[in-house]
Amino acid sequence: MDDQTVFKMDEPVGETRLDTAAQGLIGKPLDRFEGPLKVSGRAPYAYENLAGDPNVAFGYLVLSGTGAGTIRSVDTSAAEKAPGVLAVIHDDNGPRASADPNDQRPAAIKGEVVHFGQPICVVVAETYEQARDAARLVKVDVETREGQYDLLANRDRAHKAQNGAMQAEVTKGDFDTAFANAEVTLDVTYTTPSQSHSAMEPHAATAKWDGDELTIFGCYQLVSTNVGQLAKTLGISKSKIRMLNPYIGGGFGGKLGIGPESVFAAIAARQLGRPVKIALTRQQVYQATSRRSDTIQRVRIGTTRDGRISALAHDTITSNSPGDEFFEPTGISTVFLYAGENRQITHKLAELNLLLSSSMRAPGEAVGMLALENAMDEMAEKLGLDPIEFRRRNEPEVDPQDGKPFSSRALVPCMEEGAKRFNWADRPKAPASRREGEWLIGMGMAAASRKNLLQQSSAAISLSSDGRCVVSTDMTDIGTGTYTILQQIAAEILGLPRENVIVKLGDSDLPQAPGSGGSWGANSAGSSVFVAAEGVVAKIAEKLGVKPGDVTMKDGTAIAHNKRTPLAEILKGETITVTGTFKPGRTFKDTHQASYGAHFCEVAVNAVTGETRVRRLLTVAAAGRILNEKTATSQCYGGQIFGIGSALTEELVVDTRTGLLVNHDLAEYHVPVNADVPQLEVVLLPERDPIASPLAGKGIGELAICGVGAAVTNAIYNACGVRVRDYPMTLDKILPGLPD
Amino acid sequence: MITLTVNGAEHKLDVDIRTTILDALRDHLGMTGSKKGCDHGQCGACTVLINGRRVNSCLTLAVMHEGDEITTIEGLGAPDKLHPMQESFLHHDGYQCGYCTPGQIVSAVGMLGEVKDGWPSHVTGDIANGGTDLSNEEISERMSGNLCRCSAYPNIVDAIRQVGTTGKGAA
Amino acid sequence: MKSFAYERASDPKAAAAIASRAHARFIAGGTNLLDLMKIQVETPETLVDITRLPLKEIVEAGGGLKIGALVTNSDLAADERVRRDYEVLSRALLAGASGQLRNKATTGGNFLQRTRCNYFYETNARCNKREPGSGCDAMNGFNRILAILGTSDKCIASHPSDMAVAMRALDAEVETLKSDGSTRRLTLPELYRLPGDTPERDTNLEAGELITAVRLPKPLGGTQIYRKVRDRASYAFALVSVAAVIGVENGRMETVRLAFGGIGTMPWRDARVEEALTGEAPSAALFAKAADILLAEAKGHGENDFKIPLMRRVLPAVLREATGVSA
Repeated sequence: MDDQTVFKMDEPVGETRLDTAAQGLIGKPLDRFEGPLKVSGRAPYAYENLAGDPNVAFGYLVLSGTGAGTIRSVDTSAAEKAPGVLAVIHDDNGPRASADPNDQRPAAIKGEVVHFGQPICVVVAETYEQARDAARLVKVDVETREGQYDLLANRDRAHKAQNGAMQAEVTKGDFDTAFANAEVTLDVTYTTPSQSHSAMEPHAATAKWDGDELTIFGCYQLVSTNVGQLAKTLGISKSKIRMLNPYIGGGFGGKLGIGPESVFAAIAARQLGRPVKIALTRQQVYQATSRRSDTIQRVRIGTTRDGRISALAHDTITSNSPGDEFFEPTGISTVFLYAGENRQITHKLAELNLLLSSSMRAPGEAVGMLALENAMDEMAEKLGLDPIEFRRRNEPEVDPQDGKPFSSRALVPCMEEGAKRFNWADRPKAPASRREGEWLIGMGMAAASRKNLLQQSSAAISLSSDGRCVVSTDMTDIGTGTYTILQQIAAEILGLPRENVIVKLGDSDLPQAPGSGGSWGANSAGSSVFVAAEGVVAKIAEKLGVKPGDVTMKDGTAIAHNKRTPLAEILKGETITVTGTFKPGRTFKDTHQASYGAHFCEVAVNAVTGETRVRRLLTVAAAGRILNEKTATSQCYGGQIFGIGSALTEELVVDTRTGLLVNHDLAEYHVPVNADVPQLEVVLLPERDPIASPLAGKGIGELAICGVGAAVTNAIYNACGVRVRDYPMTLDKILPGLPD
Repeated sequence: MITLTVNGAEHKLDVDIRTTILDALRDHLGMTGSKKGCDHGQCGACTVLINGRRVNSCLTLAVMHEGDEITTIEGLGAPDKLHPMQESFLHHDGYQCGYCTPGQIVSAVGMLGEVKDGWPSHVTGDIANGGTDLSNEEISERMSGNLCRCSAYPNIVDAIRQVGTTGKGAA
Repeated sequence: MKSFAYERASDPKAAAAIASRAHARFIAGGTNLLDLMKIQVETPETLVDITRLPLKEIVEAGGGLKIGALVTNSDLAADERVRRDYEVLSRALLAGASGQLRNKATTGGNFLQRTRCNYFYETNARCNKREPGSGCDAMNGFNRILAILGTSDKCIASHPSDMAVAMRALDAEVETLKSDGSTRRLTLPELYRLPGDTPERDTNLEAGELITAVRLPKPLGGTQIYRKVRDRASYAFALVSVAAVIGVENGRMETVRLAFGGIGTMPWRDARVEEALTGEAPSAALFAKAADILLAEAKGHGENDFKIPLMRRVLPAVLREATGVSA
């Protein structure tokens, strides 16, 4: 028996089995489903499939050593003669970087070099060592031309971006007049550098052909999208590709699009008639996949003397490579976070000869709120208001842009709870007024918001007579906890012990989910599991001759009208399989949906050196129902630490003479280390949002990164009185402003 | 032909002289628990124990380690029989994507050995005498050679402290 | 990585003899050499594995210590005598790299680390140290971590070692064995070279010359500090660092040893700085003067300009900490 059930979210949900929680699993801080495999090193990631198979050949990419030009020739003769080399594949159809997830395929090389470190070709050999060595023998002759590598120098050449993740221009009222007439004004410009996702697993693929059918073990976040991109690039039907991504070593947006590793591995494996593995080196990940764009952000705020915003503008410029139209939606939170009648949020894009810029954890908010939340802090000081009070005075009743109601919005409760827990009242009143030995101590806060996204999603559930259940979908788990929360949802609704529920993910043969990105995963895929599980319950109710609403599922039994029946008795050896599909509906269109939070940070800035140490960091978050307290908290830690990196250390440095990304390794691109991070605090406020999804939840995976870096830098200002508007706040920028 | 001793078993290998221990494990022995995150000693994902001491297996050649005892994550425990450190990482959620995790766990086991031997760290106050406490600060400093981009550091510290102070992985 | 011949040396003399061949290198910890070989910045044709040589002891000698070249950074930092009598050395070692790297890296190898200049590491860039005569992209490029002292118009690469900075403050000497079997001792200024016109040569060691040991003179006592300023709290190279041994008697600084990392093309020491302080009563004005002397000839190259004001603050702070005098 195989059934389909579809649910479209046109109305808020009422009470669900997740509310009654008969099995008591939902929300609980359960250990990860796949945890034992991960902690014992038994979970195989992309490269690790076919390990030890002597038939596997190894590929190594050759990258461009110049920033812009036309490829005159690629001389592969020396490399081809090198020991163990099987082929050198120079395919013009090959990708020049990873694909943007919104593109049908990655942009092709087509004889051009558009950025330094662009893939040119791949050397395939019997061993990794041979391929790596021979790659150095390929001679790429490029007719170079002058490239554009510097965003600041190109700011006047930027054009209005094409509408993408949001409208490029969002305006309301008459900003210019309102700003000119405002009693108090602030006009400040911030810059943020290019950043790298730096997931710990470098991009890798293992490709194997059986006739005209390709199996690709990948590391991608969006299985069905990525299969489509790969099929388009290879010129074959999607149905000929099976992609397997059950374990992914971190993504953060860096693995949203199919990458050169997969395309070249597939082409090479087809040509050689044997499986091919390609893992990018760490240096290649930095140079040949994607980055977060650098930004220039002008923020203007006009208020009344008592701190009511009348005019708000956030004008932003970001960069992308030629022909790549994605823009970082830097002003996305500015649209709805604060009140104000006259508004202007704009996005321009400058074409640079730099690596593709694409989505990285909380595209838009992650860097946009660094500027907005610093500006709010600066304005609060100008007004003589506490930063929380200034925000409270500008709390909108409805979406200030289009008047839609908020599905739920707990910004003020988050700020209040945080202030209490953090002892915000103890914040030094004046900058640079608290000192402990060599260290200047300060506190800062910032708001958090992340627009809620929801996607259509399908999942299948099979429940067998012995009370065992399999949940399957092509959804991915990039470390976010997907396996575990899907297990919890299914177990809760079906009334099963958790260990009875097996979850299968990351296989393109399974029902289609939207993948991991934009914090939509838990609620989209989770809702499809909810729908499928309710479909299973309906079947059981039918067999019992009762209404689904009269059935309570618990401990492997169905309870209806005071009668408890074991599943074995109901199913009698039969297996019920239901595929559930969830579709966002009217509730998504009719309301404004976002998760909210507040960050509080205490830093110590060394008065001698300008070194900053984060001493305390608290995030209070409200994102609807929390499906697993443990994994949700870990996601928030991750966001907080990304924020520490953005604030203090992370910068992908461009040599603006050549386009070289200078610090392309983990020694010099400084992601935070353990010693940079104190014991963090995360508080998840109880909230239900029955408008947002059947789970009454909203996205949480990216919420904690939004604004957190600004809480750090606002604390730096409070600690030492130095306001730097050029991220990251490395000590050299703080040093000139320190007291002697 | 070289002989490597991994998790107590001897393996004869015919490998390219350039092969690192990490690549020997992953590409030749099918032991993929040790991860390649940077291949340059900048991330710690490849950490193994050699004669009980933690090292970056990406930065040493297989041929140089004949006769040495190599211990990998697979040698510490298996899914149905976890080492206390593995169990503690599981319970404290000291990981997310899982890619840096084997390196973190092996490094943590090696690190506790160093603490037991009284080795000081950069943050140890009295260096002549001290060096054996397991404060958060000490654990964080000693574990800073293991990057985690999912940023599980607070949980990693908790997981290690529990094993270091109780010897047990489960709470 | 280019392929190479691998030879396991049976004794130091044999090692030196093999390594005197063209394009041969010793390998011990390998933590920097293999790092560079993977990206073909180093392309030796022969690797001489010296890890089995009997150079792993720390023994008392000449009132000080004789440290075998193969003693790991971890073992050296943890040695009770080093912790007690040469604290600055333990501190410097522990401020460097990571636990895993220190367990592999050796005393001899640490001296011979090559620069972390980004352009040295990028074979598509111009670098006189990597490829003599090709030019220097660092000079007007991203030189944040590079040197402000001892530079030439060919090279501004900073020396990355923390250990060597402390060793320089302690007047350590290296003992070497040449391929002809002769031995010699080199002070660190004798070991290291300024870049001048030949930045490709970091040291004055001859082909096949093997560092066998390091000699530390008798303990200096005093307050010993290693202060390292960097971009992360751990696991990052120094922007600037100071190794200090300061002994105060009767209100005067009678022992003054100061060496500096991150600012020089070699582990830096300036006798004029120590002369200005030695025998004097500590004071804020004197500390500032010492910094002025140190930095009188310092030259920034844009991105690393900040190192000058930074060191101008850090050296006095170290002296304040060492003497307890802040006014």
